[in-house]
Amino acid sequence: MIDEGLQNELARQGVFVTSLQELSNWGRSNSVWPMTFGLACCAIEMIATSMARYDIARFGSEVFRPSPRQSDLMIVAGTVTKKMVPQVIRLYNQMPEPKYVISMGACAISGGPFKEGYNVLKGVDRFLPVDIHIPGCPPRPEALLHGLITLQKKMAGEQLTGPGCARSFDATAPSEFPVPVLGAHDLIPPRNDAVWHPPLPKRNE
Amino acid sequence: MNTPDLHPYLFLVVLLGMAMAFPLIPLALARLWAIRFAPPRPGPQKNSTYECGIETRGDPLVQFRSGYYLYGILFLIFDVEAVFLFPFAVSFLGLSVGAVIAMLVFVLLLAEGLAWAWLKGLLDWK
Repeated sequence: MIDEGLQNELARQGVFVTSLQELSNWGRSNSVWPMTFGLACCAIEMIATSMARYDIARFGSEVFRPSPRQSDLMIVAGTVTKKMVPQVIRLYNQMPEPKYVISMGACAISGGPFKEGYNVLKGVDRFLPVDIHIPGCPPRPEALLHGLITLQKKMAGEQLTGPGCARSFDATAPSEFPVPVLGAHDLIPPRNDAVWHPPLPKRNE
Repeated sequence: MNTPDLHPYLFLVVLLGMAMAFPLIPLALARLWAIRFAPPRPGPQKNSTYECGIETRGDPLVQFRSGYYLYGILFLIFDVEAVFLFPFAVSFLGLSVGAVIAMLVFVLLLAEGLAWAWLKGLLDWK
């Protein structure tokens, strides 16, 4: 690994030095292909983001793929009903590694205004490893762009090999997440405990 | 200029080699990259058929009745007729007698096809 000070010194002299890992991260973080996958009104903002005014193409993500086989990023844009959860997770399972999830909007984060609803999943991170949460109801296109840039920064800092590498590059990590079944009253199981680690509530005694 | 005496078709061999190398080198590099950095993690769902998130049900080898093609052909009569009748109706008053007769012949020709199919009993679904 090259010393950062030396790297900066070389860069000042016009010599660009990088590692294979940084080169790879630079490449893939600048061509994140999202999946065409809208669930509710947040999808309208996602569509607006891909259009000329907000122009997500500036960040290399204009290629919305209609198949999970060709996409890197799942933007969960909108309310995830419990009936839709098995399909969402199946689609995520079918995406090739490395893959990322953006949870867009209040509904996808926590159920949002429908949190008390009997048929709405209270946050997609109960089943999927969400990388970026974008708050808003719905978030504006600028917020989605900011979320994408944040994801790109995260990808740029990822380790490809060795201990501590990102989940997508870990050969021992499970390749698929269990798909719940829609039961009579709730999803079975209602959450994936291997993914969901909510902070314990703090109570003032 | 003094060029060596090469076979006149040698350039084809060179081009063939380049054409082979052009796709094979990136594919080989991608394969090497995958072995080094991206361990394959297949699974039953990842390898299954993509069907918009829904599991495939039933037999995909469904047969359609071949008798349907007759209805497809009969539909064409009305389809073509509608396409030509609209401009015919719009410019009807400005047409010469010859044009009207030509159009009538065309329409009657199509109608005759329908009458023929009807007499043959094609409109009865068997």
